[in-house]
Amino acid sequence: MSEDVKKTKEPSEPLFSKKNKKLVTDPLTDNNPITIQVLGICSALAITVQVEQGVVMSAAVLFVLIFGNVIISLLRNLIPSRIRIIVQLVVVASLVIIVDQLLAAFLPDVSEKLSVFVGLIITNCIIMGRFEAFAMANKPWPSFMDALGNSFGYAWILILVSIIRELFGSGSLYGFPIFGSALPGEEWGIYTMGYMNNNMMILPPMALIIVGIIIWIQRSRNKALIEEH
Amino acid sequence: MKFLEKIVHKHEPKFAKGGKLEKWNPIFESFTTLAFTPALTTKKGSHIRDGVDLKRTMMMVILALVPCLLFGIYNTGHYELVAEMGDRSLPYLDQFWSKVGAGALVVLPLVVVSYGVGLTVEFIFGVIKGHALHEGFLVSGMLIPLVMPADVPLWMVAVATIFAVVIGKEIFGGTGMNIVNVALTARAFLFFAYPTKMSGDFVWMAGEEKAVDGFTGSTAMGDLATFTSEKMTVAGTEVVGQTGEAAMELFNNSYSMFDSFVGMIPGSVGETSVIACLLGAALLLFTGVGSLRIILSFGIGGFVTGLLMNAIGSNPYMDLPAAHHLLIGGFAFGAVFMATDPVTAAQTATGKILYGFFGGMVAILIRVLNPAYPEGVMLAILFMNVMAPIIDHYVVQANVKRRLKRLKTA
Repeated sequence: MSEDVKKTKEPSEPLFSKKNKKLVTDPLTDNNPITIQVLGICSALAITVQVEQGVVMSAAVLFVLIFGNVIISLLRNLIPSRIRIIVQLVVVASLVIIVDQLLAAFLPDVSEKLSVFVGLIITNCIIMGRFEAFAMANKPWPSFMDALGNSFGYAWILILVSIIRELFGSGSLYGFPIFGSALPGEEWGIYTMGYMNNNMMILPPMALIIVGIIIWIQRSRNKALIEEH
Repeated sequence: MKFLEKIVHKHEPKFAKGGKLEKWNPIFESFTTLAFTPALTTKKGSHIRDGVDLKRTMMMVILALVPCLLFGIYNTGHYELVAEMGDRSLPYLDQFWSKVGAGALVVLPLVVVSYGVGLTVEFIFGVIKGHALHEGFLVSGMLIPLVMPADVPLWMVAVATIFAVVIGKEIFGGTGMNIVNVALTARAFLFFAYPTKMSGDFVWMAGEEKAVDGFTGSTAMGDLATFTSEKMTVAGTEVVGQTGEAAMELFNNSYSMFDSFVGMIPGSVGETSVIACLLGAALLLFTGVGSLRIILSFGIGGFVTGLLMNAIGSNPYMDLPAAHHLLIGGFAFGAVFMATDPVTAAQTATGKILYGFFGGMVAILIRVLNPAYPEGVMLAILFMNVMAPIIDHYVVQANVKRRLKRLKTA
């Protein structure tokens, strides 16, 4: 019944209409999954110690979210609403297994560092949240755009946090030493002047503080984001 | 003074609302109120009990900190010289002035950096948020150097101060809004960020390059932490025979009750002397700034836990006399100056007693049971700061319940 109504109601719109573009740009800033919706925080805290892990994790989420959103969107009219969560879980789980196996095959050391967190993408609230909130009610193309926006919104926060944490926690970026080396006996760079890596950056609480500061800056720039109490 | 006043009045319109330099009014106001009474008066009906304001309260605390600061300078100087000579037996009162000089060279830069950096951050936030400079940092700025080990690099103090002021205070809305003690936030930051500099078990008084043979700069707390391990050491020497009695005897020789009470032991700049802390406590209590309930119950909590540890006594550390616990490390300093912070402590009378008691208890528990954290006072007070609102909540609820009951029976 509802399908017929929809078909007549929705005129076909251009692929990059304003509405579709907004699906991509909104989650980057004013509706960011991490800083505004505060979803997917656990992985953002756990794997942002190094930029490499942040990038790989972001890519994994990008893959899972885009394929998942499109698949769910294609299946949306076939899924009985009573068991939709299980169906969604099956889709995410299969995609995550693919990602996990690919990582283990081609990037074994990163895969080892990410350990359970790749598997935990299954429970990442962003993914299930997008399935429930968007893909179940929208066509594949907007779902694709939505997935793109949300995964990039997730990615830039993740990468920003991991840049800050790796730079000040290990003195390097993507594994390249920026500040020199702190190895005893062969120090160089600013470590010879008494600089020391900040150990707290390596601990997860600091990631929480950094995300908090990003939220703080974001909200002080856009007052509309502040909740009234 | 007349001359100054003229200058101030001449420039006042520029900073007033609509003036050319309106944006910088917070800074202007902060400087002028340092010298003159602000012209602000209460607009609605006033209820005057006392002329005390935030600035005067803060000044009282700073005055109370002076004995600790002076003693800290001397004690730091003493151990600087000890480290230079590599001779622990240097008499404490010898070469008085050279020790004062050496200590001042170490401690005063810490004070300057702490105030300079902290006030700059406060100014920046004052300008952004458009309020006058809050006085809150006056005390924090003095507390931060006093809880630092003397050999901490100055840039670390600066980083910690920025972190403490921004994350510990400004993020919650500035002075009076913070949930944890600002000075302890600075120390906790360094403790977790640069553990090799701050762990509290060695090199407190001497930088590594200065450590001549035989002087490791270990502290009482660091030595005690080894008592729970296989390899007990006191003041850099291993305990003969590794027996509990031998360890305790050596410990008492190095850090006797009397030495710890006066403060002639290595430790953070301002924390070693219990006498100086008690002098400060007397002033705080006399002026009504500090809470006797918190100080006393903090001490009692620590003492009772110390006795409990004695009763268990499964390792030499647990056998340390309960009274000795109160004299070493930062216990006295924490109880008098940190736990009593009126913003972060519990507010209700009963709440204060509970807050202090559990604070002292947790401090000793962390000390004795977790050798990874040789000094537990900092973590205990931070923990209780977080718990204080809950304590207050239940105290208030209990009172409500009690009175409701009375209402029903009547």
